[in-house]
Amino acid sequence: MSMIETQPITVIDRSELPIKAKELSGEGYRLVQICATTGDETLEVTYSFDREYSLTNLRTILQKSDPVIPSITGSYLAAFTYENELQDLFGIRVTDLAINYNGNFYLTAIKTPFLQKKSSGAA
Amino acid sequence: MGTRTIIPFGPQHPVLPEPIHLDLVLEDEKVVEALPSVGFVHRGLERLAEVKDFHELVYVAERICGICSFIHSQGYCQGVETLLNVEVPPRAKYLRTIWAELSRIHSHLLWLGLFADAFGFESLFMHCWRVREKIVDIIEATAGGRVIFGSCKVGGVRRDIPNVTLRETKTELALIEAQYNELKQTFLHDNSVKRRTVGVGTLSKEQAYALGAVGPTLRGSGVVSDMRMLGYAAYKDLNWEPVVERGGDCYARTIVRIREVNMSFDIIRQAIDKIPEGPVDVKVTGNPAGEFFSRLEQPRGEVIYYVKGNNTRFLERFRIRTPTFANIAPMVVMLKGCELPDVPVIVLTIDPCISCTER
Repeated sequence: MSMIETQPITVIDRSELPIKAKELSGEGYRLVQICATTGDETLEVTYSFDREYSLTNLRTILQKSDPVIPSITGSYLAAFTYENELQDLFGIRVTDLAINYNGNFYLTAIKTPFLQKKSSGAA
Repeated sequence: MGTRTIIPFGPQHPVLPEPIHLDLVLEDEKVVEALPSVGFVHRGLERLAEVKDFHELVYVAERICGICSFIHSQGYCQGVETLLNVEVPPRAKYLRTIWAELSRIHSHLLWLGLFADAFGFESLFMHCWRVREKIVDIIEATAGGRVIFGSCKVGGVRRDIPNVTLRETKTELALIEAQYNELKQTFLHDNSVKRRTVGVGTLSKEQAYALGAVGPTLRGSGVVSDMRMLGYAAYKDLNWEPVVERGGDCYARTIVRIREVNMSFDIIRQAIDKIPEGPVDVKVTGNPAGEFFSRLEQPRGEVIYYVKGNNTRFLERFRIRTPTFANIAPMVVMLKGCELPDVPVIVLTIDPCISCTER
């Protein structure tokens, strides 16, 4: 096959994020990326970690009506860029964020563009 | 504690072709803190996945950046091919490898020139770009474009390179590499280069790893990590290994790129020698379903394309994590404690590509 990498995704509650991140940090994983995906009523946030070319993911599902997650900058300082991105593009409020730009990391023309209604899909 | 001053660095600055801003907190001439800002020209290309058919989105992916354009399209295609369960023909994998390594050589030569210019070595800048121009000529001869290759597609590549052209390319690359080997001696041994780079902007192995650095920024601090080791395209068939330096400073990051150029020449030679005959694409049917993180090694480091399909022509989510974005946090740490005149040199050693970051 073109790619054979296995990429397990573990769905956890948002309250577990800091402790799980701390565990992964202790096991020698590096933070690779944080990505949000917009659903109809939910926001799906996926955290990817790598150790020796092996990718593992944590995922938490947020309701759009309550878009708050704890920061993992306590374990991974580099998460501050990704978490500010979550705030600016998706309107997700990140608590205990080590370096918080308070919505000014990305200077977008419209606020939280990824929360805007999706296009029809007609090319 | 001395008097603290805050100096704005960028978004317009002679060493920055693209906008990034730093608030530099200084005590006298020493940087005690650096706060970065990006997002001045954020384009929102990821949302185009909602209105562009997954085949058309290849063109968008390639235009994320004008330097690593081919690898952007390759990464996107590899992600979608995984969702579609498509096996790309071997010859297409080799062609992708050749074009990707040509991209790496021209990107590193571009950076070496810009870097020389940043510390005031203008003639070295011109020599780097003179050699780079010959690589861009080869890209034009094999792909048709100098910046945008337009060669990658879901299911393979759009055009073959005739074997006779590959042989001519190999001969031409030998001549270019000889010129490059002469040029690189200045970076390796010139006193004025070393005075601006050795011991400047040092990042330890532990810091680089913990801060999520990627590419030459990570390998320059002694960490062996190169996504080509995953074995995508033809890399698993070729004899190569990641380039690693242990100094952790601006000089080490420069040496990593200098050695990587030679390794790319070698990878292309091997790929030309081993490329199999056969088709260069397969017919693609159906729509992507599922999700995948496609990981590749760009000239600046690990890049990630997250593709999520819902069995329609349009991806549900297309997300790119670029190497420059990952290297922002390490850069902030490198800048702490440096002298003000070293800031441009340190910033350049992550090879910032804001075009990628503002995808």
